Amino acid sequence: MAAQDVLTPTPGGLYCPEGDFFIDPPGACPRALITHGHADHARAGHGSVMATRETLAIMALRYGTEFATSQQIAIYGQPVRIGGVQVSFHPAGHVLGSAQILIEANGYRVVVSGDYKRGYDPTCAPFEVLRCDAFISEATFGLPVFRHPDPRKEVRRLLDSCRAFPDRAHLVGAYSLGKAQRMMALIRQAGWERPLFLHGAMEKITDYYRSEGEAFGELRKVAAKDRGTLGGEIVICPPSATRDLWARAFSDPVVAFASGWMRIRARARQGGVQLPLVVSDHADWDELCTTILETECEELWITHGAEDALLHWASQRGLRARPLHLMGYGEEEEIEAEVSA
Amino acid sequence: MNRFAELLDRLAYEPSRNNKLRLLVDYFRTRADPDRGYALAAMAGELTFAHAKPAVIRALIAERVDPVLFAMSYDYVGDLSETVALMWPRDDGPPGDNAPSPGLGEIVETLHATRKTDLPARLSGWLDALDETARWALLKLITGAPRIGVSARLAKTAVATLGEMQPNEVEEVWHGLDPPYLDLFAWVEGRSERPSTTDPAPFRTPMLAHAIDETDFSSLDPDDFRAEWKWDGIRVQAVCGRDEHDVRVTRLYSRTGEDVTGAFPEIRDALMDAAFDAATIDGELLVVRDGLVQPFGVLQQRLNRKTVSAKLIAEFPLHIRAYDLLTERDEDLRALTFDQRRPRLETLIARCRGLPIDLSPLVPFDSWESLAAARANPANAGAGADAEAIEGVMLKRRDSIYVGGRPRGLWWKWKRDPFNIDAVLMYAQRGHGKRSSFYSDFTFGVWREKDGADELVPVGKAYFGFTDEELLQLDRWVRNHTVSRFGPVREVSANKDHGLVLEIAFEGLNQSTRHKSGVAMRFPRIARIRWDKPARDADRLDTLEKLLRT
Repeated sequence: MAAQDVLTPTPGGLYCPEGDFFIDPPGACPRALITHGHADHARAGHGSVMATRETLAIMALRYGTEFATSQQIAIYGQPVRIGGVQVSFHPAGHVLGSAQILIEANGYRVVVSGDYKRGYDPTCAPFEVLRCDAFISEATFGLPVFRHPDPRKEVRRLLDSCRAFPDRAHLVGAYSLGKAQRMMALIRQAGWERPLFLHGAMEKITDYYRSEGEAFGELRKVAAKDRGTLGGEIVICPPSATRDLWARAFSDPVVAFASGWMRIRARARQGGVQLPLVVSDHADWDELCTTILETECEELWITHGAEDALLHWASQRGLRARPLHLMGYGEEEEIEAEVSA
Repeated sequence: MNRFAELLDRLAYEPSRNNKLRLLVDYFRTRADPDRGYALAAMAGELTFAHAKPAVIRALIAERVDPVLFAMSYDYVGDLSETVALMWPRDDGPPGDNAPSPGLGEIVETLHATRKTDLPARLSGWLDALDETARWALLKLITGAPRIGVSARLAKTAVATLGEMQPNEVEEVWHGLDPPYLDLFAWVEGRSERPSTTDPAPFRTPMLAHAIDETDFSSLDPDDFRAEWKWDGIRVQAVCGRDEHDVRVTRLYSRTGEDVTGAFPEIRDALMDAAFDAATIDGELLVVRDGLVQPFGVLQQRLNRKTVSAKLIAEFPLHIRAYDLLTERDEDLRALTFDQRRPRLETLIARCRGLPIDLSPLVPFDSWESLAAARANPANAGAGADAEAIEGVMLKRRDSIYVGGRPRGLWWKWKRDPFNIDAVLMYAQRGHGKRSSFYSDFTFGVWREKDGADELVPVGKAYFGFTDEELLQLDRWVRNHTVSRFGPVREVSANKDHGLVLEIAFEGLNQSTRHKSGVAMRFPRIARIRWDKPARDADRLDTLEKLLRT
């Protein structure tokens, strides 16, 4: 058996004929399994949707409770029969509720990773390694120059900068689902006790994390009149907001951005970032390679991202590897901006 | 090294001059000698490491990583030091077992003492011990190209700020000092006397002008100003003095204080022979043939030569055109006004008959209108055939003292309007560094007739002049109109019916045998993107050739 007997890449997304479902389809379909709540994976308008309880809640927050005709909760580690295949969801360590999806057909195991990471994150369940025959991996950071440092070290750099520039507000651009809450948790763990200031677009999701038991200490929404007076404070906002009119009301702010892309200097400078923080919710090069080896897969499919280097790496290890050109993934930021607008 | 790396890292992303200054002052205040002195030297461009070449770094990384993965990564990142810093294998030894990471001072001093053959081992040992940012900083340091947007002047200003001094005070003692500048820091921190300027021919910060705007004139009175030609050469400072053995010392400095005496031996000889004592002359270095000042293009052929042969000297006779006098014997004239310094300069230069040093004349004018006429046509306003080497006029307040740096309101430059042509975009190439993912180097051409048909001939290349927004538009246009690729270069559609017209501004035109078109532009940049203009209506080569003749 091979991966293509279980899953078929189609223009409408990754399709499982035996179970008659799509995984993270870019367009509406009758039955979808969703790995996590980021807008490039979780879209509105499907017939039935199966996802973890947290992912379903996040989709409801973003699209309204009527985002699909019917919903089915997936519980981590509990297999469910769908048509001719057995399906189970497992933690991916990406954001709250994120999952890998394991499909078993006649003893052949295929894992769709969704987005995942192995680095430290107190706000979601850690990635679980699943042995499988075929692994379908993301490769957002599929080049050996992408090696994410310990996020706690990056947060220390942020706090050092707040002390060095006590008169400048520190605007931390972070995706509103996952990254923002991870940053807040890390900032609290590093001992920062001052209130954290939030851009309005962050509130709904952050409240949801709080209802799930995350304590972020005192959070304040940034009021228009306060923007000029937040010297030395930390303000968490969507990445696009740092380039908006909104950001101009702060006096001489330090613009920080928490993202794996910040590893590359040119990327940081193009975005007008003064304090690049290399904190990513995606696997870096070393994590990709380690994970692929740990799954002991014989076949590797690579979705969204820089796949050339990973294909080369896999071929050197005798792995059968192919790129999957699925449309629409990896545009978190652009799509998030639309959704929160 | 870690603190220095953090500093470089932070400076590289900080656009504001004041914030850069704060970072620098904070670093100098909190770091000990000799590390801070070497950091200062690195930023002032005073550190060179003879054996540390990019080839050494390439060889080191080639031993450690897959060449295919390296090539892909380098192509993506666009910077050798950064790629190597990020890809360098992690040290897998047990944590805490590593030697402490080396300090900046230790690295600089060890590098100076390291033989070429030992360098790779030394370097790889450090790279193993440092993290990504420190590896990047180390590689930038030894290859001498930090590109962090800090000038030598800003670094010195930070040192001055540490001691609440003026930047020029640091500048004045600078040339007698060497890294790691222990005596300089001791002085600015009030722990010792001013370092003695034993240098008999020191550099003094030159005074620079602001570009004048048409709207500035209404608030300025022509009677308050003197005017001179703005020569299209190289700003230099010629200094003569006597050392402690009463031997005459002469030096030629560039605008930034670099000692360039060695490149211009005939100027050194002339200064040695000059019939005046100690003096500091501010002027322009020009090529003068048979009494005629040559355009910048001619001077350029004399620059950056490894060896200066007698033939070269004869072919490109150099000349200093003096316009200010900063010191004479023991007297500092900088506190005098322009009108007081000028006769002193005239008297001094009058004693230089027979030497390649003369006076930059004043341009007479009685109103802004008459000065505008002189600027538009220098040949008719006294410059005669030298007009070709004039790029505008300088305005200097008669009562202005000589202030190093770029003070406001005292000196103005009023350049001639640039030349403009409409050219057609022919090729685009991806940029480096910040622009590594954009097509940002543009080759453009104009029409000429060949064998009865019109063809485009490339006349120049422009890298700037456009906004970030326009860069995105240009990049998109290039990607959508590529007709073929040669490595990193894309050829775009450029014919009478399809093509993108760029309005190119440039400062002047030189004859060139190296370019197919026979002309080479000075300082070309994209003034406007003419989305509206059909390619067939772009300019023709005759237009440029006419400019060459006038």
